[in-house]
Amino acid sequence: MTKEQRLKKRHAAEKRFRLYGLTSILVALVFVLILVNNIFSKGSSAFMKTVINVEVFFDPELIEIENGAPEENIREADFYDITIETLLKAYPAKNLDEENELIDLFTTDAEIEIKKAFLENNNLIGKKINLEITASDDIDQLHKGNYPRNLPEDRRRISNFQLKIYDNLLKNNKINKNFNNYFFNNGDSRDPELAGIGGALVGSFYSIIICLLLAFPVAVLASIYLEEFAPKNKITDFIEININNLAAVPSIVYGLLALQILLATIQLPRSTPLVAGITLALMTLPRIIIPCRASLKAVPPSIREGALAVGASKFQSVFHHVVPLSLPGTLSGTIIGLAQALGETAPLILIGMVAFVVDIPSTPIDPSSSLPVQVYLWSESAERGFVEKTSATIMMLLSFLIVMNFIAVYLRQKFEKRWN
Amino acid sequence: MNFVLIFLIVIFSSSLFFYGKSKTKSISIERNIKLNALPKFYGYYLVLWSSIPALVFLLVWSLFEPVIIKSIIIETAANQGAIFNDKNEANLIYEKIKAIHLGTYFGDIDTILKESAISYSKFLNIFTNSKIVLIFVTIIASVIFSLKKIKNNNKAREDVEKILKGLLFVSSLIAILTTLGIIFSLLFESIKFFSVINIFDYLFGTNWSPQRAFIRDASAITAAEYDELRDAFGFVPLIAGTSFIAFIAMFVAVPIGLFSGIYMAEYASYKIRRISKPIIEILAGIPTVVYGFFAALTVGPFFRQIGESIGLTVSSESALAAGLIMGIMIIPYISSLSDDVINSVPQSLRDGSYAVGATKSETIKQVVIPAALPGIIGSVLLAVSRAIGETMIVVMAAGLAANLTINPLESTTTITTQIVMILVGDQEFDSPKTQSAFALGLTLFVATLILNYIAQRAVKKYREKYD
Repeated sequence: MTKEQRLKKRHAAEKRFRLYGLTSILVALVFVLILVNNIFSKGSSAFMKTVINVEVFFDPELIEIENGAPEENIREADFYDITIETLLKAYPAKNLDEENELIDLFTTDAEIEIKKAFLENNNLIGKKINLEITASDDIDQLHKGNYPRNLPEDRRRISNFQLKIYDNLLKNNKINKNFNNYFFNNGDSRDPELAGIGGALVGSFYSIIICLLLAFPVAVLASIYLEEFAPKNKITDFIEININNLAAVPSIVYGLLALQILLATIQLPRSTPLVAGITLALMTLPRIIIPCRASLKAVPPSIREGALAVGASKFQSVFHHVVPLSLPGTLSGTIIGLAQALGETAPLILIGMVAFVVDIPSTPIDPSSSLPVQVYLWSESAERGFVEKTSATIMMLLSFLIVMNFIAVYLRQKFEKRWN
Repeated sequence: MNFVLIFLIVIFSSSLFFYGKSKTKSISIERNIKLNALPKFYGYYLVLWSSIPALVFLLVWSLFEPVIIKSIIIETAANQGAIFNDKNEANLIYEKIKAIHLGTYFGDIDTILKESAISYSKFLNIFTNSKIVLIFVTIIASVIFSLKKIKNNNKAREDVEKILKGLLFVSSLIAILTTLGIIFSLLFESIKFFSVINIFDYLFGTNWSPQRAFIRDASAITAAEYDELRDAFGFVPLIAGTSFIAFIAMFVAVPIGLFSGIYMAEYASYKIRRISKPIIEILAGIPTVVYGFFAALTVGPFFRQIGESIGLTVSSESALAAGLIMGIMIIPYISSLSDDVINSVPQSLRDGSYAVGATKSETIKQVVIPAALPGIIGSVLLAVSRAIGETMIVVMAAGLAANLTINPLESTTTITTQIVMILVGDQEFDSPKTQSAFALGLTLFVATLILNYIAQRAVKKYREKYD
């Protein structure tokens, strides 16, 4: 091999090596794109729901209440007959089977929706109104194009008769898409068209607030102690090693800790945001302490010495000067820690947040779910409608995380002082 | 109740701030002396002394009150003739008594339960009243003590700082308490588990099927049941599955992570670095449940389709899908750590290599990476410990059956998956099945601890070398 050939080979190797690096970065980038695209294309349709326009006749013979009846009477009243009557009018059904198939096109909550319309304007007895009733999950998915029509009938959840009704309704412009209010207001449900993340949102909110209230002060105080006051001895060394190890302990171990200490020993209520918040706080604590200490360390000694020189005590120099200067870094570290806690699932599963909770929790000691756990729960469900719900929940979760991370970056860039 | 008490204590002690401030001012005027600290520190001093002892007392009391009441009630119930054979039945009776007291119990109530419920509410009353009285006494005692100090014109600022320093120290102890809590809670159940299952049967058994261990009473099992039990908790398939998936993950993550770390540190311009670094770090910020969802609903079925089209049977929950996605999750841990490590290799080493005519890639391969090797190995070990502790991806995408296999297209299970599967939903405590989850947790904890320790030592050693 001549010198030139060897040099050429070496330069080719150089180029190849560079290409490997670039490819690796591109692979990571492409994966981010695929993931985001996959989630968004699956999930964005969940923010709309399919509604079927029907004509409701509040037949005085089918309702036992009169116009202007007090609200509690209406709430107790039976709207079942009217509902069935209304739904059956949507398409002529010949026999009982067909009637059942027709009724199955609508949500199981159709009665509640009709009652709600009546409550809004309670002198409708004897009148006809047009109402948009939420369609069942199968029709919803069919209308959104997530459901293959060309399967043989026995492999479809929708019968040929139902397809015929659907086409007929579509032709008459009776099917529309509306904003999916249920997705944000409702708790969990077995019916995908009624299931929402309202409960999970509130549960996550309470958990994160409790986590913040517990973890932030303790983390800041602990890092101030370790960084500013701690003598260099065995105890502080031990604490340091401990914190570093805790930050790397798998999150599921914290779930076991919570199960044994919080639930079995102290007997706090299961499945509640309170327990979730405490668990997440224990888990987040070391993850906040580390950036807090880094930002305290970044404050130059001259600040401390200046304060001491004009007669401040050690405490005053720390609390009046060092801590305020380290605050941007501390806060952004805390927010990033909280963002991690918000996406944490495994420990919450162990403390029972996988329970099926329909009600939206009103206090932190009510059983509840949380956003990531809701993702896990729905992804285990077989119904097709839950796939889009899960993806939409992920979209919500990711957007919260993006907002939190942006705030953290903003705080750091805007307020952090550079010392050189 | 406790919240009201805390609220009252806080209100009372913060109002003492103003009292302390004005009191010391008037003392200094009255006696015509110079105060040893600013008046506000006397206020703080009073606030801290009046609140902290009372709050600590309240905390300790509320931790022990339920336990004490429970043991008293169970004892009185037993004296009255209630029959229970073990702890679970005693607990059940206690819960019943509590429910009767709260008026939420709708079953049959016999006289024993009724009597116990009455004595329960009696004890509850006594405890609550004595709690309030004792807190009151604590506050008064500590306020008298601190007022006396103030009147003697103590060095209030120093005293306040001492108390606060104690508070800071206590906060930093919480990390130790958490570690102790983890070790205690894992060991406690694991010891019970290993008293039933021989530790060698656990470590070397090749069959994991805890659902077979439905024996409730661990203290009275027959020989046949015992054989069944011995055979149900073999750890080998789990560690095999865990390492297998971790291996696939590292197979993906190490080359991609390392190469992107090298590119970022050595080649990338400032602009590319500024854009690509945060995007790669996004991968670390995505919750693992999202990866799990993606792996289970998109990647798994995709692999199965490909497999079907070339005539392979691919399980839709395959080790390959879980490992691949986990690998992608781990990329940023390796890339950013190795980026840091490579950046801290001194420039003089590179310059020396360039000076003898090496190209950039030759310098990286033969000088920079060998120099950075301990740090890189450390970062890989940290990534391995992430991989074996990762839960959601494997729970959702890797399968539940404990197969002892090295075929990446079949489903395997991992330690974390089994912990979740055992503990999800309602569990009966004191059954070997539930306890086995804690034994698995202990194994996981120890394994990650060792890996982290080695990794941190490696990185630290490396840093010291070049600092």
